[in-house]
Amino acid sequence: MSGISRRKFLKSTVVAGGSAAAAMSSTKKAHAMKEFGGYPESMGVLVDLSRCIGCRTCEAACNKEHGLPEPEKAFDDFSVFDEVFHKGKQKRRTTEKAYTVVNRYDTKDQGAPVYRKLQCFHCSEPACLTSCFVNAYTKTKEGAVIYNADVCVGCRMCMVACPFSMPAYTYDSALHPEIIKCNFCYDSRLTKGKPPACVEACPQDALTFGHRTTLLKTAHERIKAKPTKYVDHVYGETEVGGTSWMYISNVPFDQVGFNTTLQHHPILDNTKSFLGIVPMVLGIWPAMFLGFHLLAKGGKGKTDEKSKNRVEVQGE
Amino acid sequence: MKHFIEKGFKPVDSLSDPTDGHKWKLMQKLMLGLSPKEYFQQLRRNPFNWFLFMIFAVGFPVIVYRYINGLGSVMHGGFDYPWGLFLGFGLFSMVPLSASGFLLGTTVELFGHKNFKPILNLALLNGLLGYFFAVVFLLVDLGCPWRLYYPMVVSWGTAAVLFLVGWHVATYLTVQVLEVSEAFFEWIGWPTAKNYIHKGTIGLTVAGIILSTLHQGALGTLLTYAPGKVHPLWYSAEFMWIFFLCSSVFAGICMVIAVSTIIKKTMSWRCSDEFLGNLDAITIGLAKGASMALVTYFVIKLIGLIHDNQWSYLASGWGKLYMVEICFGVILPVILFSFGIRRKSVGLIRFTAFLTIAGLLMNRLNTVLITFNWNLYQEWPPLLETIISVTIFFLFVTVYRFLLYRLPILYSWKTVPAKELASVPVTEQTEQAELISVKSEHQYAKVVTPS
Repeated sequence: MSGISRRKFLKSTVVAGGSAAAAMSSTKKAHAMKEFGGYPESMGVLVDLSRCIGCRTCEAACNKEHGLPEPEKAFDDFSVFDEVFHKGKQKRRTTEKAYTVVNRYDTKDQGAPVYRKLQCFHCSEPACLTSCFVNAYTKTKEGAVIYNADVCVGCRMCMVACPFSMPAYTYDSALHPEIIKCNFCYDSRLTKGKPPACVEACPQDALTFGHRTTLLKTAHERIKAKPTKYVDHVYGETEVGGTSWMYISNVPFDQVGFNTTLQHHPILDNTKSFLGIVPMVLGIWPAMFLGFHLLAKGGKGKTDEKSKNRVEVQGE
Repeated sequence: MKHFIEKGFKPVDSLSDPTDGHKWKLMQKLMLGLSPKEYFQQLRRNPFNWFLFMIFAVGFPVIVYRYINGLGSVMHGGFDYPWGLFLGFGLFSMVPLSASGFLLGTTVELFGHKNFKPILNLALLNGLLGYFFAVVFLLVDLGCPWRLYYPMVVSWGTAAVLFLVGWHVATYLTVQVLEVSEAFFEWIGWPTAKNYIHKGTIGLTVAGIILSTLHQGALGTLLTYAPGKVHPLWYSAEFMWIFFLCSSVFAGICMVIAVSTIIKKTMSWRCSDEFLGNLDAITIGLAKGASMALVTYFVIKLIGLIHDNQWSYLASGWGKLYMVEICFGVILPVILFSFGIRRKSVGLIRFTAFLTIAGLLMNRLNTVLITFNWNLYQEWPPLLETIISVTIFFLFVTVYRFLLYRLPILYSWKTVPAKELASVPVTEQTEQAELISVKSEHQYAKVVTPS
């Protein structure tokens, strides 16, 4: 009897110990989860600006892949590079008709012009997603940030929140307005393990598709191999908490239209201090203000009711 | 209307006609007790009605045009400027200007400052209509307005600050409808419903404070999603919510002063003697509150500057705009308010209230529109967008006036004589009860003190 019970006891201790250990490890995980940092298996694209020749093949491939409307100027018309908007303050940008655009930059440091492809950066912790009040955005485990027009209310908060101002909106549609942006060819290619159409079409190998972690290594290796050629920075490694599309460049990033003043943690973090006070206000305010109320009334209100009851009792 | 009042006409202020004792019909109440002919006569005579008519004649077709041709037909439709006047003015400015409901509710119901009681209903209505029309502005601005309820029912984006704003504005709107419904039930003649709502006053007021604290702050927090786009002088990652909350305090108070000024000038016939007689004293009291909030706001704005070390921006062109906003919208009002309070100059206080409102409008528009994308390019709201905004604003004015004419907001509803008779014994009883309670308290005190 006692043997069995001892064995039982030992067994239960082991089980208990094991589960406690499991519980501990899960709390560790829970702590770690406070900082998301992106999916481990996330795919990405590395753009090497020094390799891009501005042939616009990627633009054409994207247009074809997604069945977008034909542009005013054909994809082999390079006069688009001279287009400027808003009194010269802005070059071409992504629109409701183009998920991606390439712009030319005549830089001081480099004799030849530098071209930059622009599209959704597919952030690890996207501001569009975290600012959306109907959860219209999803960050898939493959790394794509995709959008669901079926629940979108059209508040355009995501456009305000996007640090790269990438989302476009079909303002002209009265009945089905929606956000238009690059979706990493999620349905047609990414889920099948294939690279996006633009990457596949690039004749210069300027775009490299792969796991984000691998791409980061590749990027740093390229910089290390030619330190005089490249700027020692991988744009998108830490910007706004990391992005799936990353850039390396042979000219300073601010000379080719990149915003180099972005924060190096997710945009979501900016709202956390406020969101933290929400439960506190909900928890503290009722008691505090009712307390103030009782203080201000000096207990008058209560005696009124009590005495009323008393009168009734006396009357009886 | 003044014309009729001069002739000795009295607008409806009780359930039944005092001359013959029959109950007012709904149509009669709606027409303030005038005959249809008289009512339309006075409608035609008032030049302001013609002004409104002209605005709506231009504005309503533009609104219809927007729904047929999409947002792009009236807004500039820039991808870098997703928000325009509808949100910059309609949401970000109307909501702080409507903080009056919770502020005066707290003062009167919670802290028991009954001397502000005559203006409480006006403050509540101002809050309700401001929020309601903020939602109307949303209905124009949203790409799919018919999905307005989606964040409530269909899909929850719980991590988003806008989710909190949406829910809170919706709940707070309900709270305010309940608060104002007391006046409505009185007017329509359902005293039971009124009394039922009245029991919940304290609960509603506390709910109002909680919801207001959070969503006024949340509106500021919305901008922390766009750290690089909002100009650093108008941006603070840590303090954005408290800037917006604090400025809503003086904005709400000044709005009540401003509205009551207009009422005094244009519809004194509808005000009770209690309202008109106390208005000057109340205005001075409100000015005290507003100037405290303004001083606090100035101090925390200064702390914000120091905290983020943004002095260098003050020298830039944007810095000048910032200085104008702070000087004319915050510092000057504080000085003028204190002069007005000290010299009991109600006129100066009223002028300052309008100035403060202008300052707040400037702040919100600067933050959301004018300095937005400060390092990119500037975009100005196009004509049609402005026309729609003006139209909806005057729709707000129209509804506001319509309700003030009718509901017992500026005057107290006279109860029916028959009811008064019934209620007399009750009041006597309570008086007796008070007497007894005072006595018993005395006795209690006597018993306690020796021990």
